[in-house]
Amino acid sequence: MTDLTKMKVAQARDALRAGEVTSVALTEACLTAIEGADALGAFVHKTPEIALEQARAADARIQAGDAPSMCGIPMGIKDLFCTKGVPSQAASGILKGFKPEYESTVTSQLFDAGAVMLGKLNMDEFAMGSSNETSVYGNAVNPWRRGNDDAALTPGGSSGGSASAVAADLCLAATGTDTGGSIRQPAAFTGITGIKPTYGRCSRWGIIAFASSLDQAGPMTKDVRDAAIVLGAMCGHDPRDSTSVDLPVPDFESMLTGDIRGKAIGIPREYRMDGMPAEIDALWDQGRDMLRDAGARIVDISLPHTKYALPTYYVIAPAEASSNLARYDGVRYGHRATLASGEGINDMYEKTRAEGFGPEVQRRVMVGTYVLSAGFYDAYYNRARKVRTLIKRDFEQAFATGVDAILTPATPSAAFGLGELQDADPVQMYLNDVFTVTVNLAGLPGISVPAGLDKQGLPLGLQLIGRPWEEGDLLNTAYALETAAGFVEKPTKWW
Amino acid sequence: MSIDTGTAAKVAKLARIRVEPDHLPELAQEFSNILDFIEQLNEVDIDGVEPMVSVTPMRLKRRVDGVTDGGMQDKVLANAPDAREGFFAVPKVVE
Repeated sequence: MTDLTKMKVAQARDALRAGEVTSVALTEACLTAIEGADALGAFVHKTPEIALEQARAADARIQAGDAPSMCGIPMGIKDLFCTKGVPSQAASGILKGFKPEYESTVTSQLFDAGAVMLGKLNMDEFAMGSSNETSVYGNAVNPWRRGNDDAALTPGGSSGGSASAVAADLCLAATGTDTGGSIRQPAAFTGITGIKPTYGRCSRWGIIAFASSLDQAGPMTKDVRDAAIVLGAMCGHDPRDSTSVDLPVPDFESMLTGDIRGKAIGIPREYRMDGMPAEIDALWDQGRDMLRDAGARIVDISLPHTKYALPTYYVIAPAEASSNLARYDGVRYGHRATLASGEGINDMYEKTRAEGFGPEVQRRVMVGTYVLSAGFYDAYYNRARKVRTLIKRDFEQAFATGVDAILTPATPSAAFGLGELQDADPVQMYLNDVFTVTVNLAGLPGISVPAGLDKQGLPLGLQLIGRPWEEGDLLNTAYALETAAGFVEKPTKWW
Repeated sequence: MSIDTGTAAKVAKLARIRVEPDHLPELAQEFSNILDFIEQLNEVDIDGVEPMVSVTPMRLKRRVDGVTDGGMQDKVLANAPDAREGFFAVPKVVE
């Protein structure tokens, strides 16, 4: 029965509708695969009872002829999403024991469409990290290895558990979130597809906040078609998130024609970084040739403020995080420190937050506090907001010249070893997001598509960046790239 | 920019995160490294540039200023580390 877990969403949907398989059978196959995959550290809260109940309901719906695309599809949900009655702790010790009394909008929409939740997925604490090593649950592990070397590799982060679970066929698809690259970088590291839609496409209501002006949810899937299907179910207007856009959600899947003739694809010269591995450079060239062969027009473009994106991000994201994470004070939910006699409320706040937050979260909250503090607000925070305006303007100017999408590498390297960057300066880890973070700062949709293997046998991804609200067109370009790249490799099972 | 341990202690206090004194030099060094990285932004000419307020050019929706939910005290308190008599309980705040 293990073959069932290898199904893609589109395939499973068609088989479910044709009565060739039941959601209960699919769900049981995934639950069995999950039970055997603890070494991956992907699922951190398993919900088999909920999954089977949802699967039985989905089967009844399919039999009654009422089956949206997601009906009966077993999924994993990133721990950042609040799921009613199920632990949702953003991989943080400070939310230990927290069971939301409500459901996030994105997961509600998925469940209304009939999706099945297998459990909650590992991630970096509060989505702060690029290697899934800041999680209170321990590391998530990449199912891919370097040749015959059994060193454990990172699945990337922050959506590392989601990436690992999809790549290892523990679920058919997963939710992720992306603040600086947290969907696209792990997707690239694990040979799967991940799309971050335009800021405002998915409601942020019920998703534990990191940096509110950058956070977006999106799907992590086995291919572009699945990304189109799952994204369609996740997005849409929500009155409870004032930044969610009130625009119709197109049928993204129907836009996958693979025809990109006449489209203009921009190649930004600033993304050719010093010290970039030759393989990444070569893959980028191959991607450009594939799109050209498919009939697209390749245009060299300039995004002059690219090099300032990471420093801008590392002002804005910590600033917003320091504000968002102020709510974790030991009063309303989660961890509260034990107080010695005579200690007061300020001791409670300080001890609770020192015990509950891990080192990277503490660091970012404090950096955010500093850049927002009196005397530094203009020098750091306001300056970063102005540079952000310039970064967005770079993209607007490129799109104004008629560019339809922009092709870049997804990451500056393949997956690295767990622990390899542990003793490095935090800034070294931040460089992982160098190609993805611009997209969050500009609010644009971006997708990572697996496009090849490096010489060690690890997957590499290419990123396509689209115009705002044109996820359908972006997915179609990604579909053409996927078809041309023909990436079908899977990791060899060792877990 | 170099951050001294006094500034690191002040930031930790503002952030309400207890940092033991022997950890302050390391923290100050980390802040200094991150701020050095951020200070690349000083190279950018930002004259006449408006700071970004909203990444998507849209007007936020307004809604009627009305009560839309409520009456769920049990749910609100369900996750509290300490709740008594329908309230969140905290250490004494006022002497």
